[in-house]
Amino acid sequence: MTAIDPSVRYRRREQGLMFLLASPAVIVIVALVVIPVGWLMTQSFYDNGFTFEHYRRIFTEDVYWRSFTLTFRIALIVTVMTLILGYPVAYAAAHVKRPWDVLILSFVILPFWTSVLVRAYAWLVLLQRTGVTNQMLEGLGLITEPLALVHNELGTIIATVHILLPFMVLPLYSTMQKIPRELMLAGASLGGGPLHSFLRIFLPLSLPGVVAGLTLVFVLTLGFYITPELLGGGRTIMISMVVSRNVELYNEWGAASAVGVVLLVAVLAIFMAVGRIIPLDKMLGQK
Amino acid sequence: MTKRSLTFATACATAGLSLALLSPLTAHAAEQIMFVSQGGAYQKAQTIAILDPAAKKLGITINQDSVPDAWPIMRSQVATGKPTWDVVDVATNFCLRGGEQGILEKLDFSKIPNAAAMPAEYRSDYSIAYEFYSSVLGYSLKKFPDAATAPKTWADFWDVKKFPGRRALRNNPLATLEAALMADGVPADKLYPLDVDRAFKKLEEIKPHITVWWTSGAQSAQLLNDGEVDMVMAWNGRISALTKEGAKVAYTYNQGILQSTSLCVLKGAPNLSTAIKFLNEAVDPIHQANLPLHIDYGPANPKAYDTGVIPAARVGELPSAPNNAKVQALMSYAWWTSAAGEAAEKRWLSFSQK
Repeated sequence: MTAIDPSVRYRRREQGLMFLLASPAVIVIVALVVIPVGWLMTQSFYDNGFTFEHYRRIFTEDVYWRSFTLTFRIALIVTVMTLILGYPVAYAAAHVKRPWDVLILSFVILPFWTSVLVRAYAWLVLLQRTGVTNQMLEGLGLITEPLALVHNELGTIIATVHILLPFMVLPLYSTMQKIPRELMLAGASLGGGPLHSFLRIFLPLSLPGVVAGLTLVFVLTLGFYITPELLGGGRTIMISMVVSRNVELYNEWGAASAVGVVLLVAVLAIFMAVGRIIPLDKMLGQK
Repeated sequence: MTKRSLTFATACATAGLSLALLSPLTAHAAEQIMFVSQGGAYQKAQTIAILDPAAKKLGITINQDSVPDAWPIMRSQVATGKPTWDVVDVATNFCLRGGEQGILEKLDFSKIPNAAAMPAEYRSDYSIAYEFYSSVLGYSLKKFPDAATAPKTWADFWDVKKFPGRRALRNNPLATLEAALMADGVPADKLYPLDVDRAFKKLEEIKPHITVWWTSGAQSAQLLNDGEVDMVMAWNGRISALTKEGAKVAYTYNQGILQSTSLCVLKGAPNLSTAIKFLNEAVDPIHQANLPLHIDYGPANPKAYDTGVIPAARVGELPSAPNNAKVQALMSYAWWTSAAGEAAEKRWLSFSQK
């Protein structure tokens, strides 16, 4: 019998303990994510026996293609818009003194605590034909006919940007906060102008936050349901709505789950492609 | 009497008494059902008008659940082999489809005399009509203040020159295809089988003038109330609720599409025999007559109109009242659950995307 090095034994015990600590989370994930997703995938090949019928439908009927392209287009627009709107907000929050940073962040977070449904209706009040925005613009004499701001793709995008803005601002803020101020001072002391220092020092260092925000917003937009349903005017049919329709219309879960599987694969493919350019650890927000 | 026989008699009496005392309790505990409807004001109205009185009359407990979209859950409950629901109140087409797919109990109408007395088109082997509502043409009184010049038919709704204004239709082919065909001149009693191509062709005509394809009943009411649209196809109860709040809106039953929800029982329901007893009470003329006193939906059992429970003025407002039913089209759920109907439903998405 060979004696085991006590330090190895200790490390093994520690590993075991760590695993024990993680096990509730692992069990929850296996039970609530891995098993259902696996079941969903097997269902997508099932219709009274093994079949590719559900996938054949997705790749031959143009309704799916139209909803997929619409969904990805909206996701892309929303992601870019949240970045454009969110970056300055996060920058300001990371640079002002207390209590202004708290104030800025609470403006970002407060709506975040309001239900998506309530916010969708609030946007309806703001954007509809007889809504606040149109009445104001008409009152100012800027328009003579109310603008079609809602019941279409535009209204969906506006509300989605608003709902997802915190998911962009918060990772940006946490990354920007960690960027040492001295670096900008050092840049300035070496003769770099503010714009030059920003572009060469601050922007690259904030990229992990940018990537984390982009990822979060993009993925979340792909699954939006209530917002396009309420603000899309019945024309903006995103992929989640097609999933729900298929549950009602076809007599097999597979008809709906196949759409989900295609979406999942498409998203993974996009991230693998992006991962070629930006390493995965950066995407997860680590430096 | 010997002491022994006395003891025996006492024992018998005690046992009898305790049985007599216990039996309502045990019956109460054993006889219950799980009833599922769509929630909201509608389920509350039913609870007062139908569920509570039926429970009292039968001495059973009616447990309630509510889901806006019962169909997928009905299917998965039966698939597990151990459903927890007994009776479901759901749009009639789902009851018919459920019957076809073998997830519902076939009903023995000899045990449901109240339903057996209803018109044959109000029931199927697996379901009984429970209440009626109607998809009607509603309009803004601000835009059309004069009843004589207000839109009254689907042809008017389609006539964008004579009736300028913004319009909304439901984002669903049910009732919408019927309206399109009536707009194209098909009489209300000659709609089925629907000429789907003709209906979609007519819909393409009005499509550029539709501001919103609404998805929820609340949305249809809000659109009309806020002046987002001037004309809408909506459920009668939604528009009448607006008029009660004083909104300047009106509707006509003319060419309305009369629709129903039905009661059906899940296959393998845990309390099947109690559920059947409940079905009979649910369509009892008196209970049915109570429903419109609490909500703007019409009883499914026509005998409710003979009970004298519904005030005459109220009768005129109800979608299934004989005078109103006569100017409307009765939706054929049998057609909508046929292969042609399901194909039309699948075609709808493609229509609404473009």
